[in-house]
Amino acid sequence: MTTVITAVRARPVLARLARDSRARAAAVVLVVIIGSALLAPVIAPHDPAANLDIVHLNSQPPSWAYPLGTDPFSRDVLSRLLWGTRISLAIAFVAVSLSMTLGVVVGAVAGYAGGLADAVLMRLVDTALSMPRLLLLIAVVALWGDVSIAALTLLLAGTGWFAVSRLTRAETLVVREREFVIAARMLGASPWRILTRHVLPNVAAPGLVAATLGIANVILLEAGLSYIGIGVRAPAASWGGIIQDGAERVGDLWWLTLFPGLAILITVFACNALGDALRDALDPRQLAPAPGTTTSDRPR
Amino acid sequence: MTAPLLELDNLRTYFYTDTGVARSVDGVSFHVGAGETVGVVGESGCGKSVTALSILRLVRAPGRVEAGSAIRFEGKDLLALGERDMQHVRGNRIAMVFQEPMTALNPVFTVGDQIAEVARIHAGLSKRDAWQKAIEMLRLVGIPAPEQRASEYPHQLSGGMRQRVVIAMALVMNPALVIADEPTTALDVTIQAQILELLADLTKRLGTSILLITHDLGVVAENCSRVIVMYAGEVVEESVTTELFAHAHHPYTEGLLGAMPRVGGEAERLATIPGTVPPPTAWPDGCRFRDRCPYAWERCEREHPPLYQIGAGHTSRCHLAVEPERRAHPHPPLAAQRGATAA
Amino acid sequence: MRRYLSGRLLQAVSVVFLVTTLTFLLVHLAPGDPLQAALDRPGVTPEIRAHWRAEFGLDRPIGEQYVRWVTNAARGELGYSFSYHRPVRDVLADALPRTLLLVGLALSLSFALGIAVGVLQAERVGGTRDRWLGRSLLLLYSVPDFWLALLALLLFAYRIPILPAGGIVDPVLHDYLSLGGRAVDRLRHIVLPALTLTLLSSAVIARHQRSALLDVLPSDWMRTALAKGLSWRDAVRRHALRNSLLSTITLVGLSLPSLAAGAIFVEKVFSWPGMGMVTVSAIAARDYPLITAGVMVISVSVVVGALVADLAVAAADPRIGMR
Repeated sequence: MTTVITAVRARPVLARLARDSRARAAAVVLVVIIGSALLAPVIAPHDPAANLDIVHLNSQPPSWAYPLGTDPFSRDVLSRLLWGTRISLAIAFVAVSLSMTLGVVVGAVAGYAGGLADAVLMRLVDTALSMPRLLLLIAVVALWGDVSIAALTLLLAGTGWFAVSRLTRAETLVVREREFVIAARMLGASPWRILTRHVLPNVAAPGLVAATLGIANVILLEAGLSYIGIGVRAPAASWGGIIQDGAERVGDLWWLTLFPGLAILITVFACNALGDALRDALDPRQLAPAPGTTTSDRPR
Repeated sequence: MTAPLLELDNLRTYFYTDTGVARSVDGVSFHVGAGETVGVVGESGCGKSVTALSILRLVRAPGRVEAGSAIRFEGKDLLALGERDMQHVRGNRIAMVFQEPMTALNPVFTVGDQIAEVARIHAGLSKRDAWQKAIEMLRLVGIPAPEQRASEYPHQLSGGMRQRVVIAMALVMNPALVIADEPTTALDVTIQAQILELLADLTKRLGTSILLITHDLGVVAENCSRVIVMYAGEVVEESVTTELFAHAHHPYTEGLLGAMPRVGGEAERLATIPGTVPPPTAWPDGCRFRDRCPYAWERCEREHPPLYQIGAGHTSRCHLAVEPERRAHPHPPLAAQRGATAA
Repeated sequence: MRRYLSGRLLQAVSVVFLVTTLTFLLVHLAPGDPLQAALDRPGVTPEIRAHWRAEFGLDRPIGEQYVRWVTNAARGELGYSFSYHRPVRDVLADALPRTLLLVGLALSLSFALGIAVGVLQAERVGGTRDRWLGRSLLLLYSVPDFWLALLALLLFAYRIPILPAGGIVDPVLHDYLSLGGRAVDRLRHIVLPALTLTLLSSAVIARHQRSALLDVLPSDWMRTALAKGLSWRDAVRRHALRNSLLSTITLVGLSLPSLAAGAIFVEKVFSWPGMGMVTVSAIAARDYPLITAGVMVISVSVVVGALVADLAVAAADPRIGMR
C-alpha cells in the first residue's frame, strides 16, 4: 500500500526535478565527471604514477605538453587528476552505499526492537553525531598508521551512517504503529518483509537526499584526509593527495593546488545542488512564494 | 444617499494551483455602511475568509485578486493603491481580528510590544508613549492589571485574554472598519459571549463598523443588522437580519437555519444539508447549490441564477424568486440520493 | 525549565563521558602503544622498554588503565608530549585560547554575515536575489575548507603579498616592535585565517537562517503583523527574524562538529598554532598522547559549544522559560 502511494508521489517529484535548471545542470556535470573517471585509462595522456623525468620535468607549470603541469616528482598532473577522479569517486560511492545500508539496518533494528537496545544504540549515535567526523577519522587513521584505500573507504562508511539510522528509526517507529503493519504482523509477516515493504519506501526519499549530500561530504573528507597526508597514499593519486604534493610550496606550485581543488569544488557543488534540488522537489512548500508579496497590482 | 464606508464590486479572488484555478471568491458585491455591523455567513470553503483577506490585500501568492474587481473604501479604490498607501490603511483605517488568538500573536514579543507597535507605525508615537497607549488599550478591553500584563508574553495569557489583546491591537488607531474573522470560534462558549459583547460595546462607543465573518448564525442574530450569506464563492442571499430569520428565501439559507440549534425551541431533530461544498476548482455550471437543493429542477442546471430582488434590501440567488410554485414540491436532493446509493 | 536544564546537562555529561571512553578505546585498540614512537628506536633494549611500560602503567589490565586514564584526564593530567617535550596539558593550555580567539572571532562575524544574507534571501523567496545568493552560498558550502584557505594564502600572501602567510606574530620582528606595532602585527596575522573561517561558516549559518525564516513566514502572526500595517520587509526583519533566530542558534549548535573541521584545516594551512594545528602536527609526529588529548579536547569543546547554544536558546525563548 505504501509502495503504491510512494510510486504515485514519485512522478510529480521527478517532473519537478526535471523542471529545475539546477538539477539539470548538476546532472550534466556529474555525468561528465563520472564519464571521465570511467575513461581515465583511455584519456589520461600518461601513467599517473610514472616519474617522467625527475631531473628535467619536475614541477613544470602548465604547458601544451603538460596542460596542468607536473608535480615535484615529475608526474603529469592531468593524468593524476583523471585517475584521482576514479579513486575519489569510487571511495565516495562505495562508502556512501555502505553507510546508507548500515544506517537503515541499525535504524530499523533500533526502531523495531525498542527498549534497551534502542536506547543504547541511539545514545551512541547521538554521541557520534556530536563529535566532528573529521576528528574521529583523524584519530583512527592516525593511530592505526598506514591505511589502505579499502580500509579508508570502510572507515568513511563506518562514520557516515549515524544520521540515516536516526531517520530510519523515526520512520520505523511511525510505521510500526500503523494498523496495516499491525495487521501484517498478525498475519505473520516477517520483520524483514515489513522493513522492505513498509519502512524502506518511506525512507527512500529523504535517504536519497542524504545520500547525495553524503557523497559530497565524503569527497570533501577524503580530500581533507589526503591533504593532511593520512588519506590515500602516494603513489596512488587522489584529488586531496595532489594538493598535498604541492602544499609546502603553494606560492610556486599553484597549479597543484588550483586544478584538483577546482575538480573537488565542481563535483561537490554538483552533488550538493542535486541534493538541494531533490529536497525541494520532495518538499514543494519550500518553493512557495512568500505571503504578502503578491497583490492585485503586482501579479506574478 | 452618501456612499457606504466599504463597497465591494464584483470581487474575484482566484488561486492558481497545480490542480487548476480555484475561484474562491467569484464575483462578490456588497457594502458596509458607517457604524453598521454586517455579518458574512457560510460554511468553510465558501470564500468568506478569502474575501476578508482580499479587502486588506493579504491574499497569499498562488492567489490573486482579478482585474475588474473593485474595493472602494472611504472613497478610494483599495486595489488601485500603492503598497505604501495600503500599509497606511491596514491597522489604521481597517483593522483585523483573526480567528486564532493562540497563533495570531507573535510568541516572542510581549503583548504590550505588539499593541504598541501599531501606535508606533501609524501615529509615530515614541517608544514610551506607545507603551502607555498599549496599557490604556489593555485597560479598555477589560484586562486587569494592564501594567503587568503588558510585559507578559502571549502564552502567559488565557485564550479569552489573548483575544482581548487582539481586539485591543485592532482598536488602537480607532479604525473606521474592523474585520472580525471568526473571532470567537476558537474560544470556550462562555468566553465567546463576553468577547462579542466587548467588541459590540467598544465599536458602538467608537462608531466603528464591523464586518463579522462567521459560520454561526446565532452570532449573527445577536450582533448584526444585516446578513450576507455566501456559498461557493458567491453571495447567495442578502437581507436585514430580522427579515432573513423570518423569511429566508434561498434554500441554502433555509438549510443553515434548519441546522441551527434553537434555544427554547422544541427538541426537533437538527436538519443538516446533505452533501458538501464542491471544490472551488470546479464550480458546477448553473446553480452551484443545485445538487444539495431539495427544490432543484432543470432550469437550475441550465441557468446560473442572478441575484433576484425579492423585497426591500433583500436579494436571493435562486430561481424560486421567479417560479415560487416550485417550493411546494420538495424532493430529496441529488447529493442525498447519491449518498443513499453509495451506502 | 529546571527539568529541561538538568536533562540537557545530563545529556552533555554522558556524551562527554562516551567521547572520552571512545578515545581511550581507540588508543588501546590501535596497534602499538602510546610509547611506541618514543621507544621504537635503535639502542632501546627490551628491558628499558619494559621499564618504561611499567612506569606508564601499560602492563596493567585494561580496566585498571581505563580507570586511571579517566581519573587522570579529569584532573587535567593528559600525559607527556614526546614531540613538544612538554606535558600535554601545557601544550594544549597554550593552543586552546588561540583557537578560541580565532573561532570566536570568526563565529561572531559569520553570525552577522550569515543572518543578514539569510534575511535578504528569505525576504524575496524564489526571486533573483534569493537564487543568486543561494547559488553563491552553495558554492561556498561546497568548497573544500583547506582549499579555500590555500587559495587565500596563495592570493594574499604570495601573489599579492599584503598579508603574512601564517603564524600568530612575525617570528623575527615582533619582539622589536612598539606596542602599537605589535597589535597591528597580531591583527595582520589573524586577518586571513579569521576571514577564511568566517566565509566558510557564514555559508552554513545563512542556509540555516534562510530555512528557519521560511519555516516561520507562513505563521498566522506574520499575517497579523501585515494586517497591522507593517511592510513585508519590516514584518520579516522584526517579527520573523526574532522568531527564527532561536532555531538558527539551535541549528548552528548542531553544525558545530562540521564547523570545527573547518577550523582545524584553517589552522593547519595558516600555521595558526591552535588546537587543530597541534593535533594535526601530532599525527605527523605519531605523538599518541597529544593526538588523543587533542581529539578529546576538541570534541568536548564542540559538545560544550552545542550545550551553550541550547542553553542560550532556552534562556532567550519566553515559551521555554515558563514551563
